[in-house]
Amino acid sequence: MPRGNAIRILFILVILAATGLVLYRFPMQLGLDLQGGVHIVLEARETGGAAVTDEAIERAIAIIDRRVNALGVAEPVIQREGARRIVVELPGVTDQQQAIDVIGRTAQLEIKDPFGRTVLTGADLADARLGLDQFGRPAVDVEFTPEGTARFAQLTTLYVGQQIPHLLDGELLVAPVVQEPITSGRGQITGNFTHDEARNLAILLKAGALPVPLDVVEMRNVGPTLGQESIDRSLRAGIAGLVLVVLYLIMVYRLPGLLADVALGVYIMLVLALLAGLHATLTLPGIAGFILSVGMAVDANVIIYERIKDELRAGSKIRAAIRAGFHRAFRAILDANVTTLIAAGVLFYLGTGPVKGFAVTLSLGVVASMFTAIVVTRWLLAAAVEANPRGAARYFGVGEAA
Amino acid sequence: MHQTGFRFNFMRYGKATLTLSAVLIVLSLLSLAFRGLNLGIDFTGGTLIERQLGRAATADEVRAVLTGEAVADLDLGSAVIQPLDDPRDVLIRTRPLASDEIDRVDAALAAAFGGVEVLRTELVGPVIGAELVRRALLAVALASLGILIYVSLRFEFKFAVAALVALLHDAIIATGAVSALGVEVNSPFIAAILTVVGYSLNATIVIFDRVRENRQLRPAEPLVDLLNRSLNATLARTIHTSATTLLTVLTLFLFGGSTLRDFILVLLVGLTVGTYSSIFVANPFWWLWKEREERGGREVSPAPVR
Repeated sequence: MPRGNAIRILFILVILAATGLVLYRFPMQLGLDLQGGVHIVLEARETGGAAVTDEAIERAIAIIDRRVNALGVAEPVIQREGARRIVVELPGVTDQQQAIDVIGRTAQLEIKDPFGRTVLTGADLADARLGLDQFGRPAVDVEFTPEGTARFAQLTTLYVGQQIPHLLDGELLVAPVVQEPITSGRGQITGNFTHDEARNLAILLKAGALPVPLDVVEMRNVGPTLGQESIDRSLRAGIAGLVLVVLYLIMVYRLPGLLADVALGVYIMLVLALLAGLHATLTLPGIAGFILSVGMAVDANVIIYERIKDELRAGSKIRAAIRAGFHRAFRAILDANVTTLIAAGVLFYLGTGPVKGFAVTLSLGVVASMFTAIVVTRWLLAAAVEANPRGAARYFGVGEAA
Repeated sequence: MHQTGFRFNFMRYGKATLTLSAVLIVLSLLSLAFRGLNLGIDFTGGTLIERQLGRAATADEVRAVLTGEAVADLDLGSAVIQPLDDPRDVLIRTRPLASDEIDRVDAALAAAFGGVEVLRTELVGPVIGAELVRRALLAVALASLGILIYVSLRFEFKFAVAALVALLHDAIIATGAVSALGVEVNSPFIAAILTVVGYSLNATIVIFDRVRENRQLRPAEPLVDLLNRSLNATLARTIHTSATTLLTVLTLFLFGGSTLRDFILVLLVGLTVGTYSSIFVANPFWWLWKEREERGGREVSPAPVR
């Protein structure tokens, strides 16, 4: 085998090894539709008190981030979408109600004096955590900031024996009677809380109040069973489809068909490794985009091979036929792929969630297929022709001598 | 030279196939106007609750629970209840419910059927649906414009328009079929239409590429012969590519499960129409337009002899 070919084959093997390594090191991230979890879209609401500004949204995202971390969700996604929306994705979370309770609440705490004047707010808290009251029931232990400590001491000194109402988002939470002045800056919020309620309240108070109220405009929750089923099904369908395509190409194009199958294998590894390396998330629409791009990769090889057959039928020798075939096919493949990329680009730019996922896999696939279907296939064909120049023309089922 | 002569006279039926396509488009538009689309919650807003119950239950049993005392105030009388492949699985569609209301429905189902497992819950506000439609239409318009410009530059303006006509033809007929069959339309439908459009465009460009090339090789050839020659030369490619694509889509249909079946159906109709239009719509459309222009006689003919 001439050295050029050996180097090229080696290069293909290196690509396969590298993509395998990437896939091993960075496992494919699956979308919530595949692995299960809760997807929530929140929209900021304009109120008299609070305008929806960029700053308000950014602060809301930071606060949601703290709340989600406190929930202990692994690899959450919190993203801004458009001017006033926030998308929250919580993989593995099954209880959507709890998620909404923790994420969507404004959580503005107000502590008032007996005359209804607000003395302290959530901003005066330095810490809040789950605790137990004297009867061993769930409660929330709070700690004030130095300034809050001073004002709370003043409040509890002035109104011993009276009620000081605690409100959360305008609703009465508790209204304890002050027993004695509290100057330590520590307090406890008790009530008939369940364990979950007390824990959620602690998370909310610790993370702080949202600067603007948020409404849930969309919520999707996929249970782990359905997600697993979708993975199993798409894998089974994908493998079955691939096996059929591989066999079809061998049947129609024989050895060159097999070489195209090898190129297709490189292609699949390459796209999956690119997706994993870019930390893209694979969703069901993404899989649809991937299947379409596999179709386009196969199409590129079909276009090239039909051109080579044309050349062979017209009497060209095998090397010239391969050269001319690739050359003539290139323009068609390029134009078809560029138009697809234009469409995919628009979809990526304008689309949300599922449409975006579709556009990403389709674009990556189109670019990768330009390399594998054209370059890799050509290298493999060249090596095969070197190895057996006499039989090469017959590979394509065309009878001419080489 | 390349192949001489050709087996199929595609263009002989050019006017007939264009007429057929026009009829299909009119029927699609009529169906869309009078039957409309069976829009799912992604577009209308609403709640979708897919659950596995503790035991197999009929739709009537589930309805009895939804209209029962525990959740009477939620007014679920108009909920749509759909049994799934597994007799324990049930799909319920209702007006938009708040998350705590969904929890109450779950509690009622669990009490009646001895347990409930969340398979899927979707809650879509009405704003989202309207926006989805607006963005999808904007995307189609912008993508069409981009394609029009690129194909005009690489080919010519008339090819670009013909490719767009074929593409819109496929999108309209696939949507019309969905309307006529009453298939529910959700956001995966958009992905399906996009796939169809991408595929159709790809097929049309590959054929037009051959037309462009043959025209440079034989500028004097009558348009009908030019098109027929090009279509025959790309026929093997059309057959093999359609076959591999259909194989893939059919395996998805067989292994994809009931939730994917509507999606695949759109793909099957669309890909078939897409292959058809790349041959029988894009080409005759370009041909008739070109002929008309040449009969007008104002165009400087590139052909030295006729």
